[in-house]
Amino acid sequence: MINNGELLNVKGLCVDFFTEGGIAHAVHDVGFSVNRGKTFALVGESGCGKSVTALSIMRLIPDPPGKIVAGQIFFHDRNLLELSEYHIRSVRGNHIAMIFQEPMTSLNPVYTIGEQIVEAIQLHQNKTEAEAWELATEMLHKVGITDPRQRITEYPHQMSGGMRQRVMIAMAISCKPELLIADEPTTALDVTIQAQILDLLDELQKQTRMSILLITHNLGIVAERAENVAVMYASKIVELADSRSLFDQPLHPYTQGLLKSLPRLGFTGKRLHTIPGIVPDPLHFPAGCKFHPRCPIGCDDKRCRTIEPQLRQLDSGSPRRSPLVGEVSPMADEAKPGRRVACWYAPGYEKPDDPKTL
Amino acid sequence: MNANVTDTNGFLLKVEDLKTYFPVKKGLLRRTVGYVKAVDGISFTVRHATSFGLVGESGCGKTTAARSILRLLPVTSGKITFDNTDVLAADGSRLRNLRSSITMIFQDPVGSLNPRMTVGGIVGEPLKVHKKITGADLTEHVAQILSKVGLSPDHINRYPHEFSGGQRQRIGIARALILQPKLVICDEPVSALDVSIQSQILNLLKDLQQEFSLTYLFIAHDLAVVQFSCDTIAVMYMGKIVEQAPVSELYNNPLHPYTTALMSAIPKIGAPRQTDRQTLKGEVPSIFTPPAGCSFNPRCTFAKGRCFTENPPLKPVPDRPEHLLACWHI
Repeated sequence: MINNGELLNVKGLCVDFFTEGGIAHAVHDVGFSVNRGKTFALVGESGCGKSVTALSIMRLIPDPPGKIVAGQIFFHDRNLLELSEYHIRSVRGNHIAMIFQEPMTSLNPVYTIGEQIVEAIQLHQNKTEAEAWELATEMLHKVGITDPRQRITEYPHQMSGGMRQRVMIAMAISCKPELLIADEPTTALDVTIQAQILDLLDELQKQTRMSILLITHNLGIVAERAENVAVMYASKIVELADSRSLFDQPLHPYTQGLLKSLPRLGFTGKRLHTIPGIVPDPLHFPAGCKFHPRCPIGCDDKRCRTIEPQLRQLDSGSPRRSPLVGEVSPMADEAKPGRRVACWYAPGYEKPDDPKTL
Repeated sequence: MNANVTDTNGFLLKVEDLKTYFPVKKGLLRRTVGYVKAVDGISFTVRHATSFGLVGESGCGKTTAARSILRLLPVTSGKITFDNTDVLAADGSRLRNLRSSITMIFQDPVGSLNPRMTVGGIVGEPLKVHKKITGADLTEHVAQILSKVGLSPDHINRYPHEFSGGQRQRIGIARALILQPKLVICDEPVSALDVSIQSQILNLLKDLQQEFSLTYLFIAHDLAVVQFSCDTIAVMYMGKIVEQAPVSELYNNPLHPYTTALMSAIPKIGAPRQTDRQTLKGEVPSIFTPPAGCSFNPRCTFAKGRCFTENPPLKPVPDRPEHLLACWHI
């Protein structure tokens, strides 16, 4: 199952939330794979399903109301969705660890940080109390906390936001996980501290060859830190590519709109590009392509309004000229393997023998 | 009133040596043992119909400065002149008048709207309080301002929870504009919004500024956002302005080591991955025990000699009168 360095492989994942207002399809047919020692980013706006995807991998979807209704998640060659609760607990923390957005609420305020790290270590590893404390001190040192012997006896409120996030990372890596899921790890932090934390994750990745699944809404972080990216919109992946191609030549109108609407340093124009409308409510997704009501080209197209395009590898033999991008960029000729998009208008999207072509 | 603006040399707002200190109390008798200097002697002027940006990381005093200007916090010392009125001396009806010509847009579009009030009630309340307008007149005013901010007049009887984050921020903007203020303080107006919604709101603020010739005091931590929205930017660090310049000057020629570090810390798209990124070491020192000398010295790579003993004053860079800098190094 697992070859060419693939560590995690998510296939056809569907997660529904059964609410009073109806069934919300939070994640629909999401598939991607994370390679060993690499960083894979899931990017999208709030409510697009990126965090639910991450929680599904950890099997932490609150049930009820949530339920994983379809799909497979292969980690090594085991399907995590088929494991018993007992077995998944040995995977959590040991093999897959997670850090959360809010370092304040993810640490327990009534225990010292040492006690919390030691608890995690002793739960997963066969270590004595003294060994666990020693390891915890070493981990704090590793994540760049000065004077770890002193700080290990302190409580979370005695530390700044950046420090707390370092403690969370120390706890997550203390059991040497193969996969680290980082859910918006720097969103609550200031930019200069954000850079420090991202550098730290880079450094740890180099040392331990762990894979990182980075969940973020910040496209700048993705461009700098991830090898591969999946862009999610309204419960689905709309574009999947290596990050260089994605930023050089975005193919999906949503990705293009996002990139154009970002205020960037050095931008001197009078107005920013905008994507009209708002993200659809998961209880009432539009028919057809979920992006069509906000799409500059799909809003009037009958096919976009009625048939939902699936995420599909592009046909390399087709003309590369995109009606969206308007010009052919040099990258276009090297059709990167694994580049996928879900848009009727993407160049090379339609195959000649496609039965759905109108 | 507009004629008066020229009297202050085109300046609508002038802040001189503003200090807002919070006492630190300890012990059984709650004796004051020291002060947190949240805003420590900042001066700036905002010209009519322009945008002035205050930038900095959390805890640098940018929000405290804004709240001091609105007299929402007791000011320790300094002078604030708004439209020929001495803000700190104003009381009674003059203070009320002042608060109808300076309004605020808040960061959190959920927390800043009362969930029990309808949109009409929220947006119309300032008019009821300040201008005593009620009934059909009020409804008409509210409907008018709602359509200006891109909402429909039909929304008047709905409640905040029925709206998305971006629409709620539009309600907050409508509430701030209904009194036809001269100065609008925007405190992180887009940082709680999704990327695709941020640009809608930033464009809207710009359009409204042109239409009503508004003056903005823009508070943000995102340099890219303020660059788009502002004419002049002041960078704050630990209660002081460390660098101030017109926007293009600041971005093309940042001089303070903190400003350059702040800019290089922003992850960029399209640029090759920065390998020589100057990541700032350490964190902002505790504001209870600020370092002696320049408050940036514990994190600064250039700090030496004088930096540890004397605080650098904010003064113009040679040959560039509009570019102010507080650094011994340059």
